[in-house]
Amino acid sequence: MNSASTKAPAINTHGIWAIYRFEMARALRTLWQSLVTPVITTSLYFVVFGGALGSQIKQVDGVPYGAFIVPGLIMLSLLTQSISNASIGIYFPKFTGTMFELLSAPVAPMELVVGFVGAAATKSIVLGLIILGTASLFVPLHIVHPFAMLTFLLLTSVTFSLFGFIIGVWAKGFEQLNFVPALLVTPLTFLGGSFYPISVLPEPWHTISLFNPVVYLISGFRWAFFGRGDVPVAISLGVTALFLVACLGVISWIFRTGWRLKN
Amino acid sequence: MDTILSVAGVSKTYASGQRALHPVDLDIRRGEIFALLGPNGAGKTTLISIICGIVTPSTGTITVMGHDALTDFKSARRVIGLVPQELSVDMFETVLATVKFSRRLFGRSAHDAHIEQVLRDLSLWDKRHAKIMELSGGMKRRVLIAKALSHEPDILFLDEPTAGVDVALRRDMWKLVHRLRANGTTIILTTHYIEEAEEMADRVGVIDKGKLILVEDKAALMKKLGKRQMRITLSDPIAAVPPELADWDVKLKEGQLVYSFNAEDEHIPELLAKLGALGVGYKDLETSKSSLEDIFVGLVERDAAA
Ligand SMILES: Nc1ncnc2c1ncn2[C@@H]1O[C@H](COP(=O)(O)OP(=O)(O)OP(=O)(O)O)[C@@H](O)[C@H]1O
Ligand SMILES: [Mg+2]
Repeated sequence: MNSASTKAPAINTHGIWAIYRFEMARALRTLWQSLVTPVITTSLYFVVFGGALGSQIKQVDGVPYGAFIVPGLIMLSLLTQSISNASIGIYFPKFTGTMFELLSAPVAPMELVVGFVGAAATKSIVLGLIILGTASLFVPLHIVHPFAMLTFLLLTSVTFSLFGFIIGVWAKGFEQLNFVPALLVTPLTFLGGSFYPISVLPEPWHTISLFNPVVYLISGFRWAFFGRGDVPVAISLGVTALFLVACLGVISWIFRTGWRLKN
Repeated sequence: MDTILSVAGVSKTYASGQRALHPVDLDIRRGEIFALLGPNGAGKTTLISIICGIVTPSTGTITVMGHDALTDFKSARRVIGLVPQELSVDMFETVLATVKFSRRLFGRSAHDAHIEQVLRDLSLWDKRHAKIMELSGGMKRRVLIAKALSHEPDILFLDEPTAGVDVALRRDMWKLVHRLRANGTTIILTTHYIEEAEEMADRVGVIDKGKLILVEDKAALMKKLGKRQMRITLSDPIAAVPPELADWDVKLKEGQLVYSFNAEDEHIPELLAKLGALGVGYKDLETSKSSLEDIFVGLVERDAAA
């Protein structure tokens, strides 16, 4: 039964895969609500904004209003869902005490992150595509840069899942898990040009908006859809990448110090 | 001596300032059952948690089968299985899923025959499709043991494996431990039930207030520190201990003469001869030895007095 102890392989692929599948299984247990909720919510947005407002506003930036709000709607769900998926994923083991097993396993910190964040990002991407599919039932959509659209989808999902992971590690209670998405991310998304181009804002609100990082995400995403955004696409990409690197930095610091994971 | 696990100068002060462990040195031999005894808050769980990577040590090094547990933690941890003191399990998972998960987490490929064997050994096979929240406390503890054994560890830590477990299950657990040892698994356990250490352990370590105050072969410990007693039931009651017996530690209790002695220093034949010479008749003799519990309580008291 006992093998001689050899050095462990450099990467614990079984371990990463186990965590990834565990997290995906958690979502599948609540498959119904994970799918139905976004479909219904998106449909409601279209009825209210696309239908009611769209008949008044007609066109924004040369794009029919109904189509104009699609990138912002997807971003809204992507940001909140990435954060909540990833934060609950890592918070739950802390809460139930099963964290001991993750800490005692031969799994490197970054492997843990790949498993948890990978699963959370996967769920967000699937969600984004479902919302896109639902939206296309309401408005005709022609995506100008499909590859860039997918890149932004992927990058945003990963970045905000990393952000969610940090929040999950930081949180000491369930209220704190909801705190950041509800009080920070949702307002920033609404104010970040989900439903209007920020160019329509009077000063000083236009300038103030430029300090909202979500503006850059939505703008880049909208550029991928329609070939136009509020800011140049390179800046959008740069801001997203910057946030990604910042999250990675915080996470590696967390594991180096064991902050809120280890005594 | 074949050392499988070596702890050197490991200490821990928690962020709260609580000094949980003073520097501990301890070598665990391959294939032994080592029992760590100590009162509540002595530092047993802290020491185990440090070895398993759950708590960061303040000082010291740990070597597991030649691998440094801090720098080469992957090689060290994958040969270790841990059954924690707390019943921390994924309530929504099934028994089978959670045990398979543990095996993969520890970097091993699927091995259904082994998982089945472990679940059968722990009488969990019939419950394999049950959700963990549907299980009783004793069964949950067995699930934790199954998880710890899922990846065929060389070293198994059992942190109070029989706390809150009924007598029948405790016996099963002891059998399992002996079976694992027969297969070559090294086992380190903590317990408050002294008879458990007495029943199972090859060696015993006593820890108190964060200090490892003693490590000894169980048999030697019993011999060295074990107080023995002989109760002599007299044929005719006597009023007081005869002064001629002053050389022996003899007291009169409930009509019996009670002679206390150390295992190494007994003088029973002389005492009986003396009684015969004095004409004190007796109809029954009964000897008993103190349990590890008595020894342990004595040790902790001595440590407190020092
Ligand atoms: N996370 C923590 N933060 C601060 N102090 C802690 C922490 N965990 C344990 N301690 C303290 O460290 C000391 C040792 O605790 P430990 O859990 O190791 O004891 P133990 O020997 O396992 O006790 P028991 O028999 O009750 O399980 C105790 O004084 C305890 O209060
Ligand atoms: Mg303990």
